[in-house]
Amino acid sequence: MIRTENLEKHFGKLHVLKGVNTSFSGGEVVSVIGPNGSGKTTLIKSILGMVVADKGKIYFDNKDVANDFSYRHHIGYMPQIGRYPENMKMGQLFSMMKDLRKSSSTLDEELMNEFQLKTMFDKPMRTLSGGTTQKVSAALAFLFNPKVLILDEPTAGLDPLASEILKAKILKAKSEGKLVIVTSHIMSEVEEMADKIMYLFEGNIYFYKTITELKTETGEEKLGKAIAKIMTQQAHA
Amino acid sequence: MLKISKYVIYDILRSKVLIAYTLFLFAVSFALFSLETDGAKSMVSLLSIVLIIVPLISVVFTTTYFYNAYEFIELLVAQPLSRNTILLGEFFGVAISMTAAFLIGIGIPVLIYSPNATGGVLLLSGVVLTLSFISIAFFASVAMRDKAKGIGMSLLLWFYFAVIYDAIVLGILFSFSDYPLDKAVIALASLNPIDMARIMVLMKLDISALMGFTGAVYKHFFGSSFGLLYTIAVMLVWIILPLIVSVRIFKKKNL
Repeated sequence: MIRTENLEKHFGKLHVLKGVNTSFSGGEVVSVIGPNGSGKTTLIKSILGMVVADKGKIYFDNKDVANDFSYRHHIGYMPQIGRYPENMKMGQLFSMMKDLRKSSSTLDEELMNEFQLKTMFDKPMRTLSGGTTQKVSAALAFLFNPKVLILDEPTAGLDPLASEILKAKILKAKSEGKLVIVTSHIMSEVEEMADKIMYLFEGNIYFYKTITELKTETGEEKLGKAIAKIMTQQAHA
Repeated sequence: MLKISKYVIYDILRSKVLIAYTLFLFAVSFALFSLETDGAKSMVSLLSIVLIIVPLISVVFTTTYFYNAYEFIELLVAQPLSRNTILLGEFFGVAISMTAAFLIGIGIPVLIYSPNATGGVLLLSGVVLTLSFISIAFFASVAMRDKAKGIGMSLLLWFYFAVIYDAIVLGILFSFSDYPLDKAVIALASLNPIDMARIMVLMKLDISALMGFTGAVYKHFFGSSFGLLYTIAVMLVWIILPLIVSVRIFKKKNL
């Protein structure tokens, strides 16, 4: 569904992505992990077109997305820190997004209802807590029923109940054949949701494997330990 | 694109800064017209407001607005909208609100006290200056990631066009006063939107004493109808060119 070829990005002298070749297909949850500053967010933002890569190509359904924007109809994005117009009320934000996206697909208001956002529709965005803002971001990402969901640290800042709701929603989206790309630092969560793990390290893909592959290769039961083992093996090699 | 402009205008109206600007212009122009019995004299005082204050407020307001709307722009970039649409939508939103503020603030008093061709030209040049300085401010805001640098650059550009440029022109005129400079001077004036606006209004006012060294040379050229067309064309370039450059930079910008 999404394919990148030789993606390179510099921020000044910093070489953030060093030729990333990868592909993602529908019906799976891919977890992108890696240390801080390894290029996770940059990779995601390049796919979204928020960051323009220096070199390389990105294909969405085998179409080059350079100078194209219509492919974003099929993507729902939940940023790491959602930032919204401060003076706008929550209800206005939702109606504005509906107005701007002109989506023909049926709206998916499930998350909006489960998070009970409608009761807070007349609150200005600047008065919301971090967690509530995250709920808004999540509800917006799923609202237009896109076939690809890109979630940047979705459960950070959410209360346990809300993260359970979100995780259930992610698994449901997967069962509907959608592609979900998630970045996370919480290994137990990755283990719960992900089918595949992409480990980014200093702008390169260190490995990109399914969870079962990882566990059998290392002989570990716990995902966190399996990853730690691979990292130490490669460090010694 | 106009949908984005609509939300930009909503947002601007909610901040009340623009309403204060409108009231300020309104009060100043009413005061100038009631203090002077001679309409032409108040017109000249009003002209300096249009030439100095209007561009200043336009750049400062636009730059601050742009950086405050950064979150909104970030949100839009991840949506199925082209970058051109987003930036032009922002531009027209700001342009429509600022032009409206100017036309209400200065337009109404001018229509009441001086409803003639001079008044019309003053309003036209004010609108064009507003638009070109919004365009210049967009360029500065898109080019600079840092808010302080962006506002600094906008102010510097304003200072250059409003103050420094005239000093440079004057310097050139004095040092080369032994040579025929007619054409060079017209070219020099075209490089500054404020100069163009000043010439446009002074031609209508017909007070050569007030035109100073820079102005006197133009009478022949800019007094003609070709001169007027030329002025308008150059001023349009001053709106469109910075905007095109901003769109180009914005297309490659990382958010």
